[in-house]
Amino acid sequence: MANDNRPLSPFYHYKPQLTSLLSFAHRLSGIALSVSAAGLVYWLVLLADGPQALESLEILATVPGQIVLAGVTLAFFYHLNNGIRHLFWDMGMGFEIGRTYLTGWLVLAATLLMWIAFWAAVTDLPGGLP
Amino acid sequence: MSLRTPLGKVMGLGSAKGGTGHWWMQRVTAIALIVLGLWFMISLVAIGDLGYHSTIAWLARPLNAVLLSSFVLTMLYHSKLGVQIVIEDYVGSPAWKVAGLLLSVFVHLLLAMAGVIAILRIGAGGGS
Repeated sequence: MANDNRPLSPFYHYKPQLTSLLSFAHRLSGIALSVSAAGLVYWLVLLADGPQALESLEILATVPGQIVLAGVTLAFFYHLNNGIRHLFWDMGMGFEIGRTYLTGWLVLAATLLMWIAFWAAVTDLPGGLP
Repeated sequence: MSLRTPLGKVMGLGSAKGGTGHWWMQRVTAIALIVLGLWFMISLVAIGDLGYHSTIAWLARPLNAVLLSSFVLTMLYHSKLGVQIVIEDYVGSPAWKVAGLLLSVFVHLLLAMAGVIAILRIGAGGGS
């Protein structure tokens, strides 16, 4: 018979905090980027196959396609910035509570800036026809 | 002095034999990916219309082919290490865990092969 009073994992009863949400987002964006890596390779294989093959990427020009691309690039810039935050932790820096929150907000700000800058600069999408 | 735990001895468990290799390579690839990843995003902007001809012309330049294949391989290595941790953390059943880990390794290797061969083919002007 299971004992209902066993301690629960912190996951179940901690209120969401910036630190835990960012940690979760790092893993989630990592998984999304793993799937995107397959997409990047698929794009390269289509390119090697010739101009006709590339037509199958027209789907990226649709609204759902654009949303996916927007999400993938957001995940990329977030994982990049928060990954740099992780590397500083690995060097033993930034563990104080205040610092952790400050760098968390910095990561979010940098991610948003890079994401907006990228989409402001990019003129067309993969799937653009010759 | 032995560092083995009594529980480990009783259950006949040895070390995982992984040591710090996984952790270290995740960091090494992460540092490389800061540079390669930013280069790739800037390149996407620089290519411009990302249509067939402009992308092929960009990829036909040897330096771009070298950096892109480095990016693809390093990213897939980093991805393999990350996906491994996620599977180890969230898949409870040992059978599904091993199956998932094997599948992840095979898929990552296939993607690496496909990526490199595609880049080489374009670089060698073999695209039809």
